[in-house]
Amino acid sequence: MSAGTVLAATPVIQIEWGSLLPVAVVLGGAVISVLVEAFTPPRARRAVQVPLAFAAVAVAGLAALDMAMAPVESSDGAAGGAVTVDPMTMYLQLAIAVSALLGLLVIADRTVQGEDAFAPQASAAPGSEYEEQTRKAGLTQTDVFPLVLFATGGMMLLIAAGDLITLFVALEVLSLPLYLLAGMARHRRLLSQEASLKYFLLGALASAFFLFGAAWVYGATGALKLVEIGAAIADGAGLDPVLLVGVVLILVGLLFKVGAAPFHSWTPDVYQGAPTPITGFMAACTKIAAFGALLRLLYTLAPSLNWDLTPVLWTVSILTMLVGTVIGLVQRDVKRLMAYSAIAHTGFILTGVASFTQDGLSGALFYLFTYGIATVGAFGVIALVREVDPEGHMRGEATGLDQWRGLGRRSPLAAGAFTVFLLSFAGIPLTAGFVAKFAVFGAAFGAGGVALGVVGLACSAAAAFFYARVIVAMFFEDASFGLGALLEGGAAVPKGGLGIAVRTLGLTQIAVAVALVFTLMFGVLPGWFLGFTDELSFLLLS
Amino acid sequence: MQNFPWLTVLIALPAVGALLVWLIPGPVRRHARPIALGWSLLVLALGVTLATRFEAGEGVQFAERHAWIPQFGVSYAVGVNGIGLTLILLSAVLVPVVLLAAWREETSPARQARYAALVLLLESFMVAVFAARDVFFFYLLFEAMLIPVYFMIGSFGGAGRKPAALKFLLYSLAGGLVMLAGVIAVWTQGPGGEQAFMIDSLIGADWGGQSAERLMFLAFFVAFAIKAPMFPVHTWLPDAAQHAKPGTSVLLVGVLDKVGTFGMVALCVPLFPNAVQWGRGAIVALAVVSIIWGALMALGQSDILRMIAYTSVSHFGFIVLGIFAFTETAEIGASFYMVNHGLSTGALFLLAGFLIARRGTQDMTAMGPGLQRTTPLLAGTFLTVGLSAVALPGLSTFVSEFMVLAGSYQTLPAQSVIAALGVILAALYILIAYQKIFTGPARDDLADTGDLGGRELWAVGPLIALMLVFGFYPKVAIDTLREPAATTVQQAGVSEPRKVVDPLSSYVGPEQVDSGQEGAEQ
Repeated sequence: MSAGTVLAATPVIQIEWGSLLPVAVVLGGAVISVLVEAFTPPRARRAVQVPLAFAAVAVAGLAALDMAMAPVESSDGAAGGAVTVDPMTMYLQLAIAVSALLGLLVIADRTVQGEDAFAPQASAAPGSEYEEQTRKAGLTQTDVFPLVLFATGGMMLLIAAGDLITLFVALEVLSLPLYLLAGMARHRRLLSQEASLKYFLLGALASAFFLFGAAWVYGATGALKLVEIGAAIADGAGLDPVLLVGVVLILVGLLFKVGAAPFHSWTPDVYQGAPTPITGFMAACTKIAAFGALLRLLYTLAPSLNWDLTPVLWTVSILTMLVGTVIGLVQRDVKRLMAYSAIAHTGFILTGVASFTQDGLSGALFYLFTYGIATVGAFGVIALVREVDPEGHMRGEATGLDQWRGLGRRSPLAAGAFTVFLLSFAGIPLTAGFVAKFAVFGAAFGAGGVALGVVGLACSAAAAFFYARVIVAMFFEDASFGLGALLEGGAAVPKGGLGIAVRTLGLTQIAVAVALVFTLMFGVLPGWFLGFTDELSFLLLS
Repeated sequence: MQNFPWLTVLIALPAVGALLVWLIPGPVRRHARPIALGWSLLVLALGVTLATRFEAGEGVQFAERHAWIPQFGVSYAVGVNGIGLTLILLSAVLVPVVLLAAWREETSPARQARYAALVLLLESFMVAVFAARDVFFFYLLFEAMLIPVYFMIGSFGGAGRKPAALKFLLYSLAGGLVMLAGVIAVWTQGPGGEQAFMIDSLIGADWGGQSAERLMFLAFFVAFAIKAPMFPVHTWLPDAAQHAKPGTSVLLVGVLDKVGTFGMVALCVPLFPNAVQWGRGAIVALAVVSIIWGALMALGQSDILRMIAYTSVSHFGFIVLGIFAFTETAEIGASFYMVNHGLSTGALFLLAGFLIARRGTQDMTAMGPGLQRTTPLLAGTFLTVGLSAVALPGLSTFVSEFMVLAGSYQTLPAQSVIAALGVILAALYILIAYQKIFTGPARDDLADTGDLGGRELWAVGPLIALMLVFGFYPKVAIDTLREPAATTVQQAGVSEPRKVVDPLSSYVGPEQVDSGQEGAEQ
C-alpha cells in the first residue's frame, strides 16, 4: 500500500465479512425488503416478501451452522473486535434463526378467508371511519416482514457484540421494530396500541439505564471492549464502586429485555396486546438474544466480579421466579398466563446463569433453545384458536381461559399440541423442559445455590398448577362445551364465544409440528445436544 | 435366547399396543376392546414366560444397560429381582382384568378405545418402573406415569372428577418435585461419572455428610409416602378413588401406589441406610397411625369407594411397618403383602363397580339392604374378597399379614401389638359394609337386579383363584421374595434379634443365622 504512512495514523478496521455473514444477510434482506415495499405493486408484495424473509433467515441460519461446524481459528473477533466470532455466537445465531423461521411461519400464515393477524392499516385510528374502510377494502400490509428482519438482525448482532457501543446499537436495532410490531394487531387494536406505547416507554427507559451504565463503566476502566473491561477489572479496578454501579446499570438494561423481575412489568401487557404471532416470535427470539448478551457480559467479566454480582443475580432470580408463578396463578387469559410463565422461566434460566459454572452455562444454553422453540409452538396454537360466533363467522382470537373450555373436543390436535408444550413448560419428564430444568437446577445445587434450587423447585410445582388448569379447561370440561353448544350459542357459552382452531394455509401447523418434534426429541434423547452445549460452555470459559 | 432383551420387550409391547388401539380407524373402532384385551393377555403371557425363566435367589436378572444421557450420567438400565418381578406380574394380571371390567362402562367406541389405550400405556410405564435400575430413569417413569392416570381420572371419572384429578396431580407433582431435589442431589453429591445414577454403583456411596444423606433420604421418602399413601399425606387417595372409575382405582391402588413402597425398599434402604436408621422410629410410628387411622376412617364412610380407599391406607401401613421392621420374615411379608393387596383390593374395587352399575349409587346404605337374596353370587364373592381384606386363613392375605406382624414383633414389639388392632377393625368395616348392602329380607324393588354375569365372573374369578392358590401354597412366592428380603435386611444393617421365632420359614434355618450374623457385623 503506497499511502501506508498516511493511513497508519488512523486505525484501519478490517471487516471480515465472512464471519459477519449471518448478521449481514439478515440486515441486507431487511433493506431489500424495504425497497420491495416501496417499489412493488401492493398485489405482488406478499408473494415477494414472504419468500425473501424466509430466504434471508434461512441463509443466515445455514451460514451460522456452517461456521459452528468449522469453528474459526482466531478469537480476536471481526470488525476490529466490535463483533465476537466464537462458537457460542454461532450457536445462538443458529438458535435465533431456527426460532425466527418458525416464528415467520406463524406470522406469514393466513386463515382460509385470507385474514392475517395484522391491522389492515396500522396508522388508521382504531374505531375510525377510515379504519372501517380499510377493513372493508380488504387491505393487508406486508411491512411486518422488513420489521421482523430488522429485529432478527439486531438479535443476531446483539449476541455477537464485543463492545458496549455495538451492544447498545444492536439492542436498539432489535427493539425499535418490536415496539412497532407490538402495535399492529388486527383485533383489539386499542389494547395493542397501548401495549406498543408501554413497551416503547419502558424500553426507552431501560435503554437509558444501559447507556448510563456503559458511561460509568467507561469512566471506571477507560475501555469499551468487553475483553478489555474484563482485563481492567482483573487489574484491580474490581473494587471500584463506580465500575460496579456501571455494570449493575448495564445489567438492568439487559434484564429488562429478558423480562426479569423487578423489570418485568411490561411483559404481561405486551404479550397480551401484541399480535399473537409477534408475541411468539418476540418471546422466543428476544429471550435468546438478550440472555445471550447477558451471558457473554457476565462470563467475560465473571472471573473478577462474580463475588459482587452473585448476590444481585440470586435476588433477581428468586424474585423473578416468585413473581412469575404467584401472579401467574390468578390469570384468566391464556396470553397473559403465558407472559407470567415466561417471567417464571426467565427466573429458572437465571438460576443456571447465576451459578457461574460451566454446567450452569451449558444448562442455560440448552434451556434457551428448547424454551424458545416450545414458546413459538405454543403461541402458534394460540394464534389458531379464534372466536367463532353462532353464525360461524370468525372474530378475533379467543384468549380467555373460559373460551378454551372443551377445546379438546372441538380441536383435538391443537389442544393436544398445546398440552405437550404446557407439559414441557411444567417440566414433566420426557419433554425438553424437564431436561432443561434438571440441567439448570442441578448446576445451581452443584454451585452451592441450594436456596436457588429449592425456590426453583417450589415455583415449578406452583407453576404446574396453572398449566394443569389450562389442560383441565381444554379436556375435562363438560360435553355442553362441544361443537353443538358452540353453534347454538347456549347459556354456557362465555362472552365472545368459544374458541376453535381455525383453518389456515397450514404454515402455523407446520411450525407447531416442528416445535412439537423438537420438544419431544430433546426430552427423550437430549444426549447429543447437551454434549454440544457442554462443549460450547467449555470453549467460552476456557 | 441368553441375551434376549426380555424386559425391554415387555416394556415396549404394551406401549405399542396402546399406540395401535389409539390409532384404530373409525370403522373398526368397535373392535378396540377385544384387541386391547387380547394384547394385554399377550403381555401377560410374555410376563409369565419371563417368570419361568427367573431363577429365585440369584439377585437382579435380565439386566440391560445402555448409556442414555451421558452428560448427566443417566442410563437406560433395567433388571428385576424377586420383588420387581412379582409386581410386574401383578400389573400384567390386573390390566386384562380392568379392561374386562370396564367393558360396558363407556358407550362411544372412540372413548372405549382411548381408555384402553391409556390403560395399556400405563401398563408399559408400570412394568418399566418396577424394572428400573437407574435412579434417574426411575424418577422419569415415576413422573411420566402421572399423565395417563391424570387423564384416566379426569376424562373418564364421575361428577367430581376434575377437582379429584387436580388434587391427585398436585399431590403427586409436589412429591415428585421434592424427589427431583433428591435426584439432583444424587448427581451433585454422588460419585458422578458415566454411571452416576446406577443403583448398583450408588450403594454405599458417601453423600458428603450425615445431614446431606438425611435430607436426600427425606426427599425420596416424602415422595414415596405421598404415593403409597401414608398418613398424613393420604388425603388425595379417597377423593381420587371416589371419583374415578373403579377400574382406574384398581390400577391406581393395586399397582401404582406400590411404586411408593417399592421405592422405599428399592431406593431408600440401599442408598441411604444410615438415614433410614435415623428416620425409622418416626416412619414406623406413622405407619402404625396409618393402620389405625385408615381403618377408623373406613368405618365412618358411607361411600363404598371411599371406604375401600381408606382400607388401603390401613393396609399400606402394614406394608411400611413390615419394610421398616428389618427382619427377613417381615420383609418377605411386606413384599408379599404388596402383591396380595393388589389382588384383594383390586377385586374389591371391581365388585364395588359392579354394585354401583346395578344400583346407580355409591352410597352403601342406599344400595341395600337385602341384596343377597337377589344376587347371591355377587354377595358371596363380595364376602370372600372382603374376608381376604381381613386376612382370613386360607387366603393369601393371611400369609402376608401374619408374616408382617410376626416379623415385626421381633424388632418392634409394641408397634406390632398396636398394629394388630387394625386386623380387628378390618373385620368390623368389612362386615358392617356387607351387612349394610347384602343382609336382610328380600325386597320387591330389588327383584330384577341381575346377578354377576359371565364377563364379570371372568374379571373377578382369576383374582380370587390367585388368592386361594397363594393362600394354600405360598412357597412359590415366598421363595422368590426371600433373597431380596435378605438383601434388604443386610443393606439396612440391622442385626436380627437373637431368638429367631420364625414359624413360616424355619425350615431354612442356616440361611437365617447367616443373615443374622451379617447384619450384626454391620
